[in-house]
Amino acid sequence: MDKWDKPLTKNIRSERAFATLTDYRKTGGYQGMRKAITELRPKEVQQWVKDAGLRGRGGAGFSTGLKWSLVPMGYNGATDAHQTRYLVANADEMEPGAFKDRLLLEQDPHQLLEGMIIAAYAIQANIAYIFMRGEYHLAAKRVENALQEARTEGYLGKHILQSDFNLEIYLHTSAGRYICGEETALINALEGKRANPRAKPPFTVVSGLWGKPTVVNNVETLCNVPHILQNGVEWYRGLGRGSDTGTKLFGASGRLKYPGLWELPMGTPIREIIEEHAGGMRDGYKLRGLLPGGASTGFLLPEHLDVLMDYDAVAKAGSRLGTGTMIILDDKTCPVRMLLNIEEFFAQESCGWCTPCRDGLPWTVTLLRDIIAGRGRIEDLDTLAGLTRMLGPGNTFCALAPGAMEPLQGALKFFREDFEQYIPGKLAAGGED
Amino acid sequence: MKNQTEKSSFEGLSPAEIQEINAEISEYEDKMAVSTEALKIIQKHRRWVSDECLVAVAELLELSPAHLEGVATFDNLIYRQPVGKTVIHYCNSVTCWMLGSDQVRERLCRHLDVELGEMSADGEYTILPIVCLGACDHAPVVMVGDELRLDITEDAVNEILGR
Repeated sequence: MDKWDKPLTKNIRSERAFATLTDYRKTGGYQGMRKAITELRPKEVQQWVKDAGLRGRGGAGFSTGLKWSLVPMGYNGATDAHQTRYLVANADEMEPGAFKDRLLLEQDPHQLLEGMIIAAYAIQANIAYIFMRGEYHLAAKRVENALQEARTEGYLGKHILQSDFNLEIYLHTSAGRYICGEETALINALEGKRANPRAKPPFTVVSGLWGKPTVVNNVETLCNVPHILQNGVEWYRGLGRGSDTGTKLFGASGRLKYPGLWELPMGTPIREIIEEHAGGMRDGYKLRGLLPGGASTGFLLPEHLDVLMDYDAVAKAGSRLGTGTMIILDDKTCPVRMLLNIEEFFAQESCGWCTPCRDGLPWTVTLLRDIIAGRGRIEDLDTLAGLTRMLGPGNTFCALAPGAMEPLQGALKFFREDFEQYIPGKLAAGGED
Repeated sequence: MKNQTEKSSFEGLSPAEIQEINAEISEYEDKMAVSTEALKIIQKHRRWVSDECLVAVAELLELSPAHLEGVATFDNLIYRQPVGKTVIHYCNSVTCWMLGSDQVRERLCRHLDVELGEMSADGEYTILPIVCLGACDHAPVVMVGDELRLDITEDAVNEILGR
């Protein structure tokens, strides 16, 4: 294994230590920025990232280079100095089960800043924001400190590396709500408004923050960018094991021997993550299912262990890669109660802007509570199935409610007997509660 | 609710608060954008945002109180009623729930003899639930003030509460 196998975490030695500016530069830090600004035109940087095959690590998996290329750049690719554009790093990690961006923010903050400088150069944005959830206090402290260092070094400010490119990055710490991670809701929050999502189109790349072209990228996505510039497109494409490119932070939590987070090639099989890296299930527990990419992704079963963790393979298996941080359901946790916890989260975090989500999620919670309390009827399962369609894609302003329905949809199919055992008259012999 | 009986004798925002809020404005296109940060600055000085404070901040930012209230009540980390010196947020999202967040909540509330959202009798603590704190590999977790605490056991609860 050569030292580039884990570009994102190569500077991270332990859970306690973090990479200083010196540590970061020692392994080639800020060389990607130098290459982009001194050797390449903005459009070329966009093309590099597109060719590298980098896809959004926040969950949606959209091509990062393609997203950048949708930003209006003036005629014939010439940049118009009077057009304000913004870049926003989405550091609002709040998907239940996701714990990857916090590591990158706390332990190698300069990597994010370099990624942001390159991204801002590629879309010719002169102001960028880091939108960070309010609970990430240590991350905020380290990022703020790194920003000061970057300003002192001349990596931020006017005429970066004696070029015509100017950039300032500001840290904005939020005060909460899951919905702020949705890019249009994030923009409303950044403008000081209630974080309701906006109608799309217009897409943020054309009309975002204060009506200006705005690119919102996830923290992990941006952290990939310096390495693509520094080591090249071919190198990056070679890192993936399946059809997708690069490496990915994969996590696993639940009743495992060693829950944790690992940087592995995109396309690493689920089995390898659970059995080799997480050490398998704790003694006395069996694997019953898993949500591969956080609470808003659909269940996979033990029969799916050989599925590769990349966007297309997980989608083909009927779920989503999401954040790549999986939640394990063991055989002693009731899937219906697990669902109740998940749906309570989504009902609470719904912004209340559109009716299917505002009314449908509390209804889902009420039905699940009634079922668990022994007040359910068998028809309730049909009502729940109906809700997964009514709250599904196309009926809501944003992806919150459709995401909330993904685990429910699979659970109704895979764990029907667990629901039925709570229904009076359907109680299986020996069932608890 | 017993927490709401406390009446503040409000004499306007302090010079320090006004100066800190104004310093944030230069980072954005307009004053509205500092809504959340202004409320957080108020909380840093006063722990919570009273009605009087909310109106004063709205005036300073040239916003309607209704707009600012819309933001304040939407955000999980803005407190519109008094809280203790240290707010303990326990994570109740799925992995922490699986690994015992209900017991963590019960222990915290029992030790302090409070319901969620109440202030302890000595004014030291308030316990609130919070969504996933991004440390699921160390579940269950809590946030004590600004500090994330991992792998919470019964002993850890005792140690956090200093007893």
